[in-house]
Amino acid sequence: MSAEPAAAHISREEVAHLARLSRLAVTDAELDVFAGQLEVILGAVARVGEVAADDIPPTSHAVPLQNVFRPDELRPGLTQEQALACAPAAEDGRFRVPQILGEEA
Amino acid sequence: MSAPTLVDFAEVVERFDPVLGLEVHVELNTQTKMFCGCPTTFGAEPNTQVCPVCLGLPGALPVVNRAAVESAIRIGLALNCTIAPWGRFARKNYFYPDMPKNFQTSQYDEPIATGGYLDVPLDDGSVFRVEIERAHMEEDTGKSLHVGGATGRIHGAEYSLLDYNRAGVPLIEIVTKPIVGTGERAPEVARAYVTALRDLLRALGVSDVRMDQGSLRCDANVSLMPKGATEFGTRSETKNVNSLRSVERAVRYEMTRQAGVLLAGGRVVQETRHFDESTGTTSPGRTKETAEDYRYFPEPDLVPIAPSAEWVEELRGTLPELPWERRRRIQQDWGLTDLELRDLVNAGALELIEATVAAGAPAGEARSWWVSYLTQQANARGVELADLPITPAQVARVIALVASGELSNKLARQVVDGVLAGEGEPDEVVAARGLAVVSDDTALLAAVDEALAAQPDIAEKIRGGKVQAAGAIVGAVMKATKGQADAKRVRELVIERVTA
Amino acid sequence: MSVDLTRMTAAELAAKIHSREVSAVEVAQAHLDRIAAVDGEVHAFLHVAAEAALASAAMVDEGLAAGTAPASPLAGVPLALKDVFTTIDMPTTAGSKILEGWRPPYDATVAARLRAAGITILGKTNMDEFAMGSSTEHSAFGPTHNPWDLGRVPGGSGGGSAAALAAFEAPLAIGTDTGGSIRQPAAFTGTVGAKPTYGGVSRYGLIACASSLDQGGPCARTVLDTALLHEVIAGYDPMDSTSIDQPVPPVVEAARRGADGDLSGLRVGVVREMSGEGYQPGVRTCYEEALRQLEKLGAELVEVSCPHFEYGLAAYYLILPSEVSSNLARFDAMRYGLRVDQGASAEEVMAATREAGFGPEVKRRIILGTYALSSGYWDAYYGQAQKVRTLISRDFAAAFEQADVLVSPTTPTTAFPLGDKVDDPLAMYLNDLATIPTNLAGTAAMSVPSGLADGLPVGLQIMAPALGEAVMYRVAAAYEAARTAEDGPLLDRVPTLEVSS
Repeated sequence: MSAEPAAAHISREEVAHLARLSRLAVTDAELDVFAGQLEVILGAVARVGEVAADDIPPTSHAVPLQNVFRPDELRPGLTQEQALACAPAAEDGRFRVPQILGEEA
Repeated sequence: MSAPTLVDFAEVVERFDPVLGLEVHVELNTQTKMFCGCPTTFGAEPNTQVCPVCLGLPGALPVVNRAAVESAIRIGLALNCTIAPWGRFARKNYFYPDMPKNFQTSQYDEPIATGGYLDVPLDDGSVFRVEIERAHMEEDTGKSLHVGGATGRIHGAEYSLLDYNRAGVPLIEIVTKPIVGTGERAPEVARAYVTALRDLLRALGVSDVRMDQGSLRCDANVSLMPKGATEFGTRSETKNVNSLRSVERAVRYEMTRQAGVLLAGGRVVQETRHFDESTGTTSPGRTKETAEDYRYFPEPDLVPIAPSAEWVEELRGTLPELPWERRRRIQQDWGLTDLELRDLVNAGALELIEATVAAGAPAGEARSWWVSYLTQQANARGVELADLPITPAQVARVIALVASGELSNKLARQVVDGVLAGEGEPDEVVAARGLAVVSDDTALLAAVDEALAAQPDIAEKIRGGKVQAAGAIVGAVMKATKGQADAKRVRELVIERVTA
Repeated sequence: MSVDLTRMTAAELAAKIHSREVSAVEVAQAHLDRIAAVDGEVHAFLHVAAEAALASAAMVDEGLAAGTAPASPLAGVPLALKDVFTTIDMPTTAGSKILEGWRPPYDATVAARLRAAGITILGKTNMDEFAMGSSTEHSAFGPTHNPWDLGRVPGGSGGGSAAALAAFEAPLAIGTDTGGSIRQPAAFTGTVGAKPTYGGVSRYGLIACASSLDQGGPCARTVLDTALLHEVIAGYDPMDSTSIDQPVPPVVEAARRGADGDLSGLRVGVVREMSGEGYQPGVRTCYEEALRQLEKLGAELVEVSCPHFEYGLAAYYLILPSEVSSNLARFDAMRYGLRVDQGASAEEVMAATREAGFGPEVKRRIILGTYALSSGYWDAYYGQAQKVRTLISRDFAAAFEQADVLVSPTTPTTAFPLGDKVDDPLAMYLNDLATIPTNLAGTAAMSVPSGLADGLPVGLQIMAPALGEAVMYRVAAAYEAARTAEDGPLLDRVPTLEVSS
């Protein structure tokens, strides 16, 4: 299979969708700018597809370590006060956040 | 929303074949979390078991808990899975306030265990084999408290309060392959599978497996296909199934609901549904705007896990006897009928009795204590037998004290009451409450002499050969010693004294 | 004052402090004065911790007065810390508005090691927001100016740390290098900066840009000072799963040995693909001169080919944004940092906060990364980039069969004027052309001053295999000594800054 991506065209709508996925309330003006810039950048980075690499294993970690573990031992953590010290809002020892619209976890 | 039309269960199974898929999340009972050294204790004050790592603070990094990996491997082995020789964690990216990093660290396409099975005992004594797709490691989320809504549920809440104590607790997700061919037994199979899995995990000692506390959670995928069809129908995924009974009810309800939709010519919507314990029904969650794209990629902050064959074999050596094998053995050893065994299992007494026997008590005595007096106490307190604050070792000690004559059966119950009241070990209760049987002859003789002197007429009768009259003297002595005297010995002493 | 303490090297300062010729407090004060005098123009610092610095220096002095041995060879020497490491006693912003005013409840391992070594932390330095950028113009708190020409950028993302060195505000600094953020600013400011082997320095407490590429490292004005700092911060940390559990390469000894000026028997690989087209003529001239000097030192020059390096930039700008899009998801206004209370739901508040709190370059990369990881594009972009990563590692492995170290110019150009590339992301990205392959492969590299082109500093990049820092420092020290002997220290020629009183 060739990994060559289709011609990198990225629409304003696509940028808007990506911004929603990444929780960025971008402005209309930004959408225009980003769409243009991303198209240029994608055009350049699409070069990775020029390399024939079907039989090349991917590298996710530059240094090949494995089996790094921690013993199951308690370590001192933060107090409730420390944990909440930087919270934008807190109540009853908990972080207070606006109503959650998403799926119930 | 109009109430769904439900179809009679008999008709459902006549016209459709159900297909189940069960996803069970198990919280491991390791001392510390999956990726940091915070405690995992249930029920602590909010946000007191947190650190930079599990709060997702900038700069913090995860390190894998070795004990969690060992538990995962043991679970995989117990489920007859293949243990992956190499695998990485991945990041599952989505935003949700109960997830501090806004990604969940989870084994995605490289699970530690794949392709196993669990032989599930059904009510009629037959066995149904459930194929296991995979078991993988991940981390739990924090807990949200929804404030301002009528029901405490998310819909209608004004705001939410977050506690991250649970965030990062090690989870193992165990996923079955599609379970087909169950027919009318689908609800039972679902319940029996979760029950068998719970028993297995408990025997492995890897989890508290408390569905009521969320340390064992089940999501039930249910779909129907018309009889004779080969292609699976559209499934629903029911969450919030918090008891074994609910697993059965939720599956049964979904079958009757989906059949109603299908028979009316409708289509089942692929969605997440929420089980309501009080009504036994399911209701749809909020439908997602777009299909989720979790943008998985290998977690760069963690290195691959590559369990050596030696390590896996060493862990295989630690696997306990399987619960159902053990039951069969116990049944034989104790000479129980099937019914007796099932009663013990259902009462949750089997493990407790076995542990009591292991601590040195005879099987009959151990059984008798747990199924009668202790069961009464548990019922009176409204708790499970296993949750009574007394250990099998303590029960065994009480039994030993009775056997040695130091306690009477009546006193033994008082000692057990003391242990249950938190007064300490049985011997401490005996000492503190002064409950030991008085078998010291000197002390007893004084009491006997006193009783004989108080009732000279009875002493005369005994002397005259009416030995049964001794009962009155024994009674008086027992009363004087507040029941702590060994009645048999008192009787001997009375006869001795009078006839001397 | 007869001697200007701010002009000395860290090694010289340490010697004077440890012999109690000057006090650590005097040294700290001299640097704090210098910061007060010039930082208005340079803007290397986001936060100056005068009180904490003096208190820390006083403790070093007390210990020495009591006859205790110094905690490290650099005890009492001041340092500028890039504001991407968490510090319990100073705000930590990573150059972003979204973290403005955040006080971390914990110290990064690097910060803890600096404190344990008795090093005086003067404050936190400016940087491109979340280390994304090559000019420090993407800081939410305004750009840093290059002391060589205040109209030019100091490079980035660690422009603050490099500028602090070149402006004599600190003799030591800490940077982080994801694609060149230590080496490129070092080249632009005539200073030294090393990117250790990935896993050589703990990332615990380093606010992540791209986790698989980020690496903290030492910066200074001389190779020896850089090596001394390297040994303080490097080494195994159980809090970082990617930390290498092996002894730290003996870089101080290597730097001292290199300064003797003999490189005979050493093979220096000249990477065919890393000069020529795309490199500014003045940069090429300096590079050719450096090669001549290395040969004169006895090194054998070998031409090596790394054919996949040309795909490095493309792979980097896929892997980095992908990891960034995930790493920066945690900045969501729920637990810490900025919260913009616009909208009724958590979802809306998150989006409004991230929109207001992140700068354009950060947003661009988050969107790009989200795209590259999307299911329809994953194979062509992220997946393929990871394969290119393998090919680049193989290029390095083959080259290191032929040579002990590789060299190249650190950057294609010298420092450019402020504003020149800020609106042209692709032009900005080209700055990292020569530095990126090292990050992708996880190997070590450093930049040392290599002369001036049109009055602006040029850097020579020396690349070594993983954990090959000793030979890298040896070559760097030898080259530094030879170049300085011919031409004098580069920083002697940095223009005198207007000192405000």
